[in-house]
Amino acid sequence: MLQSALALINRDMAVARAQGGGLGAALGFILAVMVLVPLALGPDQMLLQRLAPGMMWLALLLSVLLTADRMFAQDFEDGSLDIMTMAKIPFELVTLTKALAHWLTVSLPLAIITPPLGLLLSIEANQLPILFVSMITGSLALSLLASIGGAVTAGMRRGGLLVSLLILPLYVPVLIFGVSATGVNIGPASAAPALIVLCALTLVSLVVAPWASAAALKAYLR
Amino acid sequence: MTTTMRFKAKNLSCERGGRLVFQNLSFEVAAGELLELRGANGSGKSSLLRLLAGLNAPVHGKLTLEGCDPTTPLAEQAHYIGHADANKPVLTVGENLKFWRQFLGGPKNTAALGAFNLAALADDQTVLLSAGQKRRLALTRLLIAHRPLWLLDEPTVGLDTASLLMLQNHMGAHLKNGGMIVAATHIALGIKATRQLDLGKVS
Repeated sequence: MLQSALALINRDMAVARAQGGGLGAALGFILAVMVLVPLALGPDQMLLQRLAPGMMWLALLLSVLLTADRMFAQDFEDGSLDIMTMAKIPFELVTLTKALAHWLTVSLPLAIITPPLGLLLSIEANQLPILFVSMITGSLALSLLASIGGAVTAGMRRGGLLVSLLILPLYVPVLIFGVSATGVNIGPASAAPALIVLCALTLVSLVVAPWASAAALKAYLR
Repeated sequence: MTTTMRFKAKNLSCERGGRLVFQNLSFEVAAGELLELRGANGSGKSSLLRLLAGLNAPVHGKLTLEGCDPTTPLAEQAHYIGHADANKPVLTVGENLKFWRQFLGGPKNTAALGAFNLAALADDQTVLLSAGQKRRLALTRLLIAHRPLWLLDEPTVGLDTASLLMLQNHMGAHLKNGGMIVAATHIALGIKATRQLDLGKVS
């Protein structure tokens, strides 16, 4: 069972390496936001600093959303999902593994790259550690929740719009507590509780998302 | 004991998109037997195979596999080769097979690559393969992990004469070892079917 999950992670990472995955497009999106926001808001450094964590989190969240609709689509089209439902491994573990592979190949790299890019929004270097912590923690929740949207739209040609509508409400708490956890706007005193809530949200997604995705995909395959 | 295995379907009915495809279908396949599914396009051959693989649920009816651990679901005892090849175009032939071997829990052996004469293509990207070669790659999955029941949906599509012969040999060997095969086909498979089931015309 564990061997099956490991094989699946390996394959998904190999596929992402070979075809570039969604990482390139998502990275381009984040870069565009980081470059354009200062131009749009003007040279007021204080304003930029205040808006930076929110903007960075928004860029991360939307870029992950961009890649969500393809998470299961290929496996659905080429028949891999059929074979996976038949195997000994529980299908919930398959969806969890696919979400983890998505995290490793898309969300985690993005969460690591985004904070340094925040320097373009004139954040201070000493804010970087907390940004890393909040984004890396939250990115796992983003991937897991995205797997629900990806599962619901697996068989659709243009599932992107529907994924956005379905997943955005689920992303709202992650966004709110992700930004709060950086403590930039609300002060360090409230940052710790916000980070704890963010961790809790991630753990809840870890439990709920695999089941929801598996149920959605099974309904599709029938 | 694989030799006493018997696959039974009783009173199966199947619905696709609100339309009844077939109803009250009963048949049996014993160890070492090949059941050939015949019928016009749209008569429900693929639907029946998906149903046997546990991918679709029957409206009513029952499927049982006698002679094996009753707690093991039927799907885990079966190989299903459908129209989609279930291989990633960007990975090499070897990588695709290695993944399925690990995922399906097959023993490590390099002979499987040769089963459909793919050894020379092991390092080629699957996207470069011809339709027949892709089919052979999908069929190789039958041999990387043992499953007593093979469900084949038009396995001969795209195969040349030499590959067809390989398929016949592998099917023959599987049956001889007490395996069971249910195959939907329009052309003769080249080995004698023990049983035939004609789903007839589209009603």
